[in-house]
Parts: sequence; C-alpha cells; structure tokens
Amino acid sequence: MNAVTLAGLAGAALIGMGLFGLVTHSHILRKIVAFNVIGSGVFLLFGAVARRGAASGLNADPVPQALVITGIVVAFSATALAVALLLRYFKEVGSPFLADDPGAGASQPDHERP
Amino acid sequence: MTLAIDAFTILCVCGGLFFFLTGAIALLRFPDTLTRLHALTKADSLGLGLIVLGLLPQCDGFLAAAKLILIWAIAQLGGATLSQLIARIAAIENSKP
Amino acid sequence: MTLSFGFDLSLAVLTLAVAGYAIGARESFASVVAFISYGVLLALVWVRLSAVDVALTEAAIGSGVTGALLIGAAAKVGEGAVDAPRSVRGAGRLLTALFCIATTLGIATAFLSLPEKAPTLAPLAAEHLPSTGLGNPVTAVLLSYRAIDTLLESVVLVFAVVGVWTFASDRDWGGRPESPGKDRPEQPLTFLGQILPPLGILVGVHLVWTGATEPGGAFQGGTVLAAAWILVMAAGLRKPPSIEGAWLRFALIGGPALFLGVGVAGFALAKAFLAYPEGHSKAFILVIEAALTFSIAIALGLLALGAPGRKGHP
Repeated sequence: MNAVTLAGLAGAALIGMGLFGLVTHSHILRKIVAFNVIGSGVFLLFGAVARRGAASGLNADPVPQALVITGIVVAFSATALAVALLLRYFKEVGSPFLADDPGAGASQPDHERP
Repeated sequence: MTLAIDAFTILCVCGGLFFFLTGAIALLRFPDTLTRLHALTKADSLGLGLIVLGLLPQCDGFLAAAKLILIWAIAQLGGATLSQLIARIAAIENSKP
Repeated sequence: MTLSFGFDLSLAVLTLAVAGYAIGARESFASVVAFISYGVLLALVWVRLSAVDVALTEAAIGSGVTGALLIGAAAKVGEGAVDAPRSVRGAGRLLTALFCIATTLGIATAFLSLPEKAPTLAPLAAEHLPSTGLGNPVTAVLLSYRAIDTLLESVVLVFAVVGVWTFASDRDWGGRPESPGKDRPEQPLTFLGQILPPLGILVGVHLVWTGATEPGGAFQGGTVLAAAWILVMAAGLRKPPSIEGAWLRFALIGGPALFLGVGVAGFALAKAFLAYPEGHSKAFILVIEAALTFSIAIALGLLALGAPGRKGHP
C-alpha cells in the first residue's frame, strides 16, 4: 500500500458515494453536487494513473494531468448548464424537487407570452 | 546558523499549528456564532501569521518570500471581511424576537 | 508506516469524510459548503500526487467558481417544502447502497489489477519539451502536443455560455444577469471589492506568465481574473453586463477565435493545422495563452452569473 494506491482507492470510493447521492436524493441541487463528487473521483483515478506513469525525471505523466485540467473545466461548464436548468425549473415549478410523476406538481408556465 | 534557522521555523510552525488547533476546538465547543467567530478569527490570524513567519527564513530568494507575505495579506483581508459579514448577519438574527 | 504515508492516509480519510457529509448532509446549503471544503482538500491530494497544475485548477475552478455557482443556486432555490418527495427510502435505498458498493469494489479491483509497469507518455513529453521552448510539460501538452483539445475546450466554454443564456425567458433576452450580491452590499464587502481586484489581476497574470515554466497556466489565471470580476459585481461596484453588449461578445470569443486563426495559419507557416513555426513556438503559445486567459475569465464569470433574469432587466 502506498500513496498512489491510496489515491486510486479513494477515487473509487468517491465514485460510489457520489453515485449513491445522485440516485437517492430528490433535491436537484443535491444531485448536481453528487454528480460533481463522481466526476472528481474519476479525475482522482486519472491522477493515480498519472503518478504511476512517472518517468524521465517527471514526477507524473503530464498527458493524464492535462486531460484532468480539461476535464475540470468541462465539468464546470456542465455544472453551470445544470444550475441554469435548475433555476429555470424552479421558476416554472416553484420547487427544487423532481416530481415523482412527470407533470404532477408542474404548474402551467403563465408568463411566457410572446 | 542553519540549525538556529530550522529551530526558529519549527518553533513558529508548531506555535501556528497550536493556534489552529485551539481555534478548531473553539469552533466545535463554543455556544453561539459570535463567540465562535471571535475565537476562530483570533486563532486563524495568529496561526497563519506564525506559520508564514516560520516559513520565511526557508524561502530561497526575495520573490518566494514576497509571495508568502502576499498570501498572508490576502488571507487576512478575506478573513476580516468575512467575519464582518457573518457577524452582521448574526447580529440581525439575534435582534429578531 | 512512514510519516508521509500517515499524512496521506489521514488526508484521504478527511477528504472522504467531507465528501460523505456533502452527500449526506440534511440541508442543501450545508451540502454545498461541505463540497467547497472537499474541493480544497482534494487540491491538497493533487499536490501529494505531484500534480500541482491540477491542484491549482481544482482549487480555482472545481472548488472556487463551482462553489460560488452552487452557493448562489442554494440561496435561490432553498430547501424546498417539507412534504416534497424527500429521497429514495427503505428497500430501494438499501439496494442502491449495495449497487454503489459493488461499483466501488469493481473500480477498485480494476485499479489494483493494472499492469505492474504503467504505460506512460512522460518520456515522449520530456524528450520534445525543448522544441516547444516551455519548461512545464503540462502546459506543453495543453498548448502544443494536444492543442486541438484545448482549442475545443475553449469552444465548449463559449457553447456553455450560450446554453446558459438560452434558459432566459423571452422577455428577459438582452437584459442583464442578476447581480451576485445584494441590492445594497455591506460596506466591508465594498471595501474588499475595491482592494482585492488589483491583487487578483496581479496573481492571475502571474499564474499565466509563470505557467510556461512552473505550475500555472491560462485556465488557472483566467479563473482568478473571473473571481476578481465576480467580486467587483458582488460588491455592487459594477453591474453585470448586458448580454447584448458587442464588446462582451467579442471578448468572449476573442481567445478561441485567435487560437483557431493561429491554427489555420499553421497550414501556411508550418504545413499543418495548429503547428507552430520552428523556433517560435513559445512566442505563439504565449500570445494564444494571453488571449485565451481573457476569454476564459469572461466565460467563467458569465457562467457563474447565469441567465439574464427579471431583476437584472434594464
């Protein structure tokens, strides 16, 4: 057991935890947070793989690192899109929860006049 | 000489860690927002200050030291502003019946 | 057990515990606060994995700007009504837990059974580093070896802004996003909003400049600039921009457009898309990074502000 293995296992644990939160919560914001936890767990797995690839005087393989940097930025873009969708949903429905039955609880949007 | 500098660093960083620890304990043990805030800001500014002070002699070059001091200054500014904002909200909440 | 492994182990336990709190907390606001602390702890884990560039990105974007976005959303939607469908309960919850544990065990097994000799591109990256004129191999991957990925990533940011704007109501189109602060900001915040942005610009530019040789780069620097901009708006010193502003749109696409232009010019100068003329790589990369940083800052700021809303209408 060393620090790299520890990071890989922590990544696997984060993915499981995030998945549990994503499935069990009905508050949409909680789902978004859980989804971000899954994402960071995947990134951490990448980081452990990058550290395993240390060679030629570099402490870690730079290619997975660059991929993770790209990934973090794209994950933020997706989160911003999800939050915008949540805020619009909240404006229409008045609740941050996903309704059990699609259509139930969703009031008719009344202010979308041309 | 190196030994004296290292001893100074160890002493200062340990002192800083002690203040962080007391701050964390106070955060958990104190009864309400204002007392917690009081303990936390004191502990944090002293703790971070001591750690930065301890690390300064270990820096190679003026630029690295200047960066450490900049980090300390930004943390002080942010911490002071945040505790003001939190304290104002706490005061408003407290004045409600 | 060595001291350094003991540190790594306690850091991992603490990170997982805070992540667990972010998932399991009762209130969504507490969950978001835990998620931000989790991001900062995760940045420390990245430092321990010798990936300082990733640590800076995680702290700035994964924890910082995402945190600002989520806190804003938590304040707007609140905890919801008490009688709302809370969560999966009973047998379904147990089944989900078992499935998630199985997922974790499966990934952990896969990770533990990776080949002993890890495949790596580090020797190749190190070998060609001198030809880019850079000293930071991660920046070399981002802006030279795999520049196409970074070009597309900067376009993704622009598309995300367009996507967020499309959630505006028709009558709000062309308006301003709501200010991230209160209508009448507190005086200490105004003070911070006046004193911190110059320092933020200094730190942001430093991160981009130093990214050529040391950890840092356009994304990290751009995020610090975006944070300074958001602070100025939260402190009520500037209004959020109208989404119809021509300069705003130009600033948003300027970086990717320049990047694309240099890429096409590569056909003439070095006989391939996104190839830089020999011996001048560093100058080209720095110009692209400077333009990209500015556009990234604008895009991140606009994403954190969200769609134009009723209150922000002129």
